[in-house]
Amino acid sequence: MFDFLEGYDLLGAFWVTVQLTVFSGIGALVWGTILAAMRVSPVPLMRGFGAAYVNLVRNTPLTVIIVFTSLGLADIFSVTLGAGGDFETQNFRLAVLGLAAYTAAFVCEAVRSGINTVPVGQAEAARAIGLSFTQVLTNIVLPQAFRSVIGPLANVLIALTKNTTVAAAIGVGEAALLMKEMIETEAQLLLIAVIFALGFMLLTLPTGLVLGWFSKRLAVKR
Amino acid sequence: MSSVLYDNPGPAAKRRNLIWSIVFFILLALGLWWVWRVMDDNEQLEWAKWRPFLAGSEAWTTYLLPGLVNTLKAAALAMVIALPLGALFGIGRLSDHLWVRIPAGAVVEFFRAIPVLILMLFANVFYDKFTDISSETRPLYAVVTGLVLYNASVLAEVVRAGILSLPKGQTEAAKAIGLRKGQTMRTILLPQAVTAMLPAIVSQLVVIVKDTALGGVMIGFAELLNSRKTAAAFYASVIPSFVAVAVVFIVLNFALTSLASWLEKRLRQAKKSTGAVVGVDAVGELATPGAQEHPDFPKGDQPPDKPV
Repeated sequence: MFDFLEGYDLLGAFWVTVQLTVFSGIGALVWGTILAAMRVSPVPLMRGFGAAYVNLVRNTPLTVIIVFTSLGLADIFSVTLGAGGDFETQNFRLAVLGLAAYTAAFVCEAVRSGINTVPVGQAEAARAIGLSFTQVLTNIVLPQAFRSVIGPLANVLIALTKNTTVAAAIGVGEAALLMKEMIETEAQLLLIAVIFALGFMLLTLPTGLVLGWFSKRLAVKR
Repeated sequence: MSSVLYDNPGPAAKRRNLIWSIVFFILLALGLWWVWRVMDDNEQLEWAKWRPFLAGSEAWTTYLLPGLVNTLKAAALAMVIALPLGALFGIGRLSDHLWVRIPAGAVVEFFRAIPVLILMLFANVFYDKFTDISSETRPLYAVVTGLVLYNASVLAEVVRAGILSLPKGQTEAAKAIGLRKGQTMRTILLPQAVTAMLPAIVSQLVVIVKDTALGGVMIGFAELLNSRKTAAAFYASVIPSFVAVAVVFIVLNFALTSLASWLEKRLRQAKKSTGAVVGVDAVGELATPGAQEHPDFPKGDQPPDKPV
């Protein structure tokens, strides 16, 4: 019944999906946190940049961004991210860059909402003992903020897992691209679709459950 | 913006902020300068390449506007079909009968957990193999089908959250005056829930508009991003065409986002209603599979960590 699977690297494709998720997730977390710090900083120019970035990127389709990384960044701006002419590696890295840049806007908003859940007294006390803005943010506010936004960040991560399929638009050999190839050549349309759907459920559902459990455990009890 | 994170700047802080501003400005300027120079080297700054999008109307009327019309058509169709479907499944999930609740929940969780692209690809090949829809209209059908399946499941959660966000007293009062379950839902809960979830519905429309672009690249649906390709080839202008398309998407989605926020603000301040709202921020959570299942905890409004 499953003979048609022969010749297709199903696990390999899902492994690429996982890699895309992990690498761009880390990138988005770092860049998104920096953006959030900019948005609450005392420097007006940084606040403006952060707000503009989030509003522009959130309202642009991810597909536009991903296609642009290939046709714009790589072809016009010659940003090849050290791939050295290896198109497979280059497109993978470009996709990670695009996904991270897009997801960072959502991470930023999640972290910012977390900052708002930290009681005012915490920051006030920190300022009263003479901590600077950077110290208040990194030592007092962000550690508490992160614990309260594990839930929202898990939602962003799950959305990112689903969004990695957009990388197929620039030919990254992840799950959706393999599925496209398979359903166009093989006869078992429904079976193939169900296999890929289950594959994605296997990736997204446990992430939600595990991180949901963590978010309850780590939430700051007030 | 006055913030709790920093004091009103004194002389030293003012100086420090100024230095940061200058450093950041220089970094931004360097970045922009690099972009400008590379574009100049690649002849992307020539007026001939920008003119079709800025001065003439031809590029818009022949390429981009027909694409935009298709984008809007697919988004509108998807929303109009997904909304009643979503309402059906959302209410189904709240049913008292196990045999309605469980299947409805399973369908919603299944379609929320998988990427919309998988659904579009499946629908495209499905229509190709099993129906005689012509190959010109097939991409539209496939895109709308994919969007409907995914968004109906998200909207089902929005509807559920909308109904759960209403105060218990509404159901209790309805029961007290002897309304049956169907009557309570139809005449008391749904009308109020629809108002409460308007912001979430409008912001889901942004997600739908953005997802149509996926159909353009992956299954050849002639929407805005796809029309960019033809325009870029005709005018040999890569960057200008990208900028034009991005600006259209951003303006459209920004307008929708602003409308959603405005609706939310209005509803929160409304004196006549119960003040129940499924906010813009709730959509991200409602689109996520396997989120916490507490039937008595309204997902829509109160975040669990809100300080009491």
